[in-house]
Amino acid sequence: MFRQEPVKRPRAIDSKKHWAGVDIEQLFYPHRLNFYNTPPTMEITLDEFEQWAIDRLRILGEIESCLYRNMTPKELSVAMKDPLKNFLPLGANTAVGGSKPQDGRANKRQEERRKDHYSHYILRLAFARSEDLRKRFLATETVLFKLRYNSDDDKERREFIEGLGFDWEYLSFEEKAAMREDLLAGTGTKSNDADAVFEATFFKVDWERVYDLVDQRKVLLRGGKAYVPESQQPSLVIAEFTARLEKALEAYLTISIQLTARALPRLDEDDRLIPILNHLSRGFTAPEYNTGTIATTLNGASLTAAVIDDLVQYFPMCMRQLHTTLRRDKHLLHNGRLQYTLFLKGVGLSVDEALTFWRKAFSRIDDDEFQKKYRYNVRHSFGLEGTRRNYKPMSCQQILTERRPAANQVHGCPYREVAIDNLVVGLGTMGISDRDVIRHVREDVEAKKYHVACSRVFEHTHAKELKREKEASGGSGRLTENIIHPNEYFIRSFGLKNPGSVEATTSAAAPAAVASGVSGQSMELD
Amino acid sequence: MSKPNSPKEGDIALPDALDTPPEFQDADLCSASDSDSPVGKIDVKTEPQTDPPEPASPAEIEVKKEEGGDLDNIFKDEEEDFFGDDDDDADLLASEVGAVSIVAGSGPSDPQVMLAFYQRLFPFRPFFQWLNHSPVPCHDFGHREFAFTLQSSAYLRYQSFPTMELLRKEIVRLNPSRFEIGPVYSANPRDRKTLRKNAFRPLSKELVFDIDLTDYDEVRTCCDKANICNLCWNFITVAIKVMNAALRDDFGFKHVLWVYSGRRGAHAWVCDKRARSLDDAKRRAIANYLEVVKGGGQAGKKVNIWRPLHPHISRSLNLLRDRFESDILRDQDPWSDNEKAEKLLQLLPDKTLNDALRKKWDNHPNRPSISKWADVYGVAGTGVSKELDSTRLKESREEVVLEYMYPRLDAEVSKHLNHLLKSPFCVHPQTGRVCVPIDERDLEAFDPMTVPTVVGLLGEIDAWDKVHKREGKVDDYEKTSLKPYVDYFKTFVNGLLQDEAAVKREREGNSGNSMEF
Repeated sequence: MFRQEPVKRPRAIDSKKHWAGVDIEQLFYPHRLNFYNTPPTMEITLDEFEQWAIDRLRILGEIESCLYRNMTPKELSVAMKDPLKNFLPLGANTAVGGSKPQDGRANKRQEERRKDHYSHYILRLAFARSEDLRKRFLATETVLFKLRYNSDDDKERREFIEGLGFDWEYLSFEEKAAMREDLLAGTGTKSNDADAVFEATFFKVDWERVYDLVDQRKVLLRGGKAYVPESQQPSLVIAEFTARLEKALEAYLTISIQLTARALPRLDEDDRLIPILNHLSRGFTAPEYNTGTIATTLNGASLTAAVIDDLVQYFPMCMRQLHTTLRRDKHLLHNGRLQYTLFLKGVGLSVDEALTFWRKAFSRIDDDEFQKKYRYNVRHSFGLEGTRRNYKPMSCQQILTERRPAANQVHGCPYREVAIDNLVVGLGTMGISDRDVIRHVREDVEAKKYHVACSRVFEHTHAKELKREKEASGGSGRLTENIIHPNEYFIRSFGLKNPGSVEATTSAAAPAAVASGVSGQSMELD
Repeated sequence: MSKPNSPKEGDIALPDALDTPPEFQDADLCSASDSDSPVGKIDVKTEPQTDPPEPASPAEIEVKKEEGGDLDNIFKDEEEDFFGDDDDDADLLASEVGAVSIVAGSGPSDPQVMLAFYQRLFPFRPFFQWLNHSPVPCHDFGHREFAFTLQSSAYLRYQSFPTMELLRKEIVRLNPSRFEIGPVYSANPRDRKTLRKNAFRPLSKELVFDIDLTDYDEVRTCCDKANICNLCWNFITVAIKVMNAALRDDFGFKHVLWVYSGRRGAHAWVCDKRARSLDDAKRRAIANYLEVVKGGGQAGKKVNIWRPLHPHISRSLNLLRDRFESDILRDQDPWSDNEKAEKLLQLLPDKTLNDALRKKWDNHPNRPSISKWADVYGVAGTGVSKELDSTRLKESREEVVLEYMYPRLDAEVSKHLNHLLKSPFCVHPQTGRVCVPIDERDLEAFDPMTVPTVVGLLGEIDAWDKVHKREGKVDDYEKTSLKPYVDYFKTFVNGLLQDEAAVKREREGNSGNSMEF
């Protein structure tokens, strides 16, 4: 009757099970590339742990900032060359010199690969903790892999891929011949390249595995299968890399749900690592615009709704466009309102002034309707309603990529969204008629370098002031502008045109450096 | 007798209003109104438009909290405007009936009417099977989010129900003016506040598409804004054909349900298991694959495609070309006015040719579009332009066809797993029309103007009861013109369930094997 129940203890993950099937020994890395399928098992020092992770973090941060600048793959690989060499070098087997295993170079290569392997896993631990970090880790790691994959030696790459053992289904000759026209059209092959492309092998895979090709409509789809030419193999390999990494990261997620209190398995005894990991994950904060510092700029006078019209001359084109539309139509659609309100908030408009501004701007509706339909939104943008998040002004990156405008909408980046001829008209209203500038802007836009186009316009419209500034600072002023935030554009513009008025704001206005900002956390109002 | 199409204040006050219920306040910035409505629309009709918000999922919100950065992912389903015309019919029918305890003159905004609709007509059983994918209640249904827009305009998110009966009871109790369907979550949506945020995330949802005629305003001449007629419905018909071909032939999906959105558009629900489990990146890939007409109001030429044409584009083009002459050139006649013909010229590649055309048309004011379209080749053939690139001209003509007829999707709706979409068989609050499935076997026969209205249906029940006094037990929907739609829906659901069962058997078979050592 009083049979004793066995005492139930919550059990951490059984370490034997956890490591089952993993050989605890030094791994040998035959290839330069790594899919990171096997976790590292050897001991490393705490210093190595931290240093390797920080080095890799630098690389990922650098990649992310390149992505923010909308660089082409080519530019990216140029920009990343030095950082990679300095922080995370990875030599090929066939690099200069002999490759006997005893060779010092071979050892060095193994060391490099070990560092690459370990640092990847350390960052996995650090970034597995939130959905957002995981996403960004996944994105940047994929880019890193792609960079290395593309720079790899052909032969080594082939060996690496063979080693992975993919189950790709090849298209038989008959199948291929029967589908010739569709296969070629599917890959967008011009008729003069047709024979060359058709020579190649085609794979048949579930379309989900090459969804990036589907996204760009660059592959033939039939019955849920994608027909991928060999030339697109990188896409397949990279997709596979992403898919596997994503899955692995999700596994961390499941573990962390089971052990609610502790986010990480196996680290419970070692409280030396947790602070390092926490610190690492915080270091990976996106470049963001810090609004807090500029609310009191512009000669210290607080901004009122009435002066916005006078300030428009300092606005970048995207905001001018919104402003003009607002004045013309006495209305703006939701996404436009959002983009503009947050920008104005960044300029320094208080919530009350913002409400006044919008109330007056929507002159065709009555107070009642405004109260009902718009007041909440404006207040929400200022973090006074709903979840009470203090939203930040949108960066160029956000404006460029999120919520592209549909017909009738004028938000977004005009350099991207407005047809080139209309854009030129728009430039005219900003006082730009210089043929050279317009030609350059056209080129930038065609090359999809929208921020460069915007920066160019900025440089042109502020040429005089920039020169003066440069002279004043003894030639050490910024040589080229790189606009990555509309509010930065405004601050720079206002500062240049009204010298002395915005002391010290240029530095505050620059986006928080990749590794330094914890602004993401601190901005939250609760 | 109050006019039914001038809604009462309370019906309009949306969650934007000040005294928002706490439930809604979680909804983030999404209480946005009028997001997609054209500028100046407010002036067109006296009624203010309503815009129930479609808030971001909690997962999204959580992420944003942490990041403190962006305002992204504000999902809104775009609410439709008032559709004035047919309320008069509803009015008429209602006054003729009066027997289902409805006061004459009541419309779809009358709670009594909606209550009777849910009690007597809403097809809960097939609806349940549709979302549950099996006869026994499971997580596919139990962890599914429903969101209700109440008669008071309050918006209730994260509702979930273990069984059909509980859903039915709650709907009858709350009597919502409409409700929406969200994703299946990893846990019960009602428990979300007690769960770690990682433990509560969306797992699956039908792949959905939204086509709305307002997006065609720049190419349709017959109507604009919320108004539609049979001529503009042709845009939707052809869009469904193009979409179906792509979804079935290219992506291999089998279970695509098209639903009339109640006023001026259609929703597609792709219900295959493979479609339901797609993540956001893959949904985005499909949306981008399908999106051809791109760009905002100022974008100029909106169709920019690579040559040779991708098989999806050339197939679509073939489908569209068949109807271009009748639907566009004759019915819409978009370029008869010479000023409007400029839009056509904008899309053509050769300046000299354009000048020649302009000259010719200036001499023939109001020359019909069909002749103008023929002129493009006719005049080009006379050799007015020496530099004319005839391949380019042919391509431009193809692009014109695409620009005018290719489906214009509200792509954002499709891109996110956690986007909510109005449920089939809801009643559109302004038109009173039931959001019925469109039978794609007979697409041309679908006429949005004859879709049953809720008041009409209730009248039909009474009429039937009068004639057939106590004749056994007949389901109420069978007495009405809703029957063919419900029957079609049942067939659709059955097909889905059969496939689903097959998949399940296979999976169990596999796992059985793997258990052997």
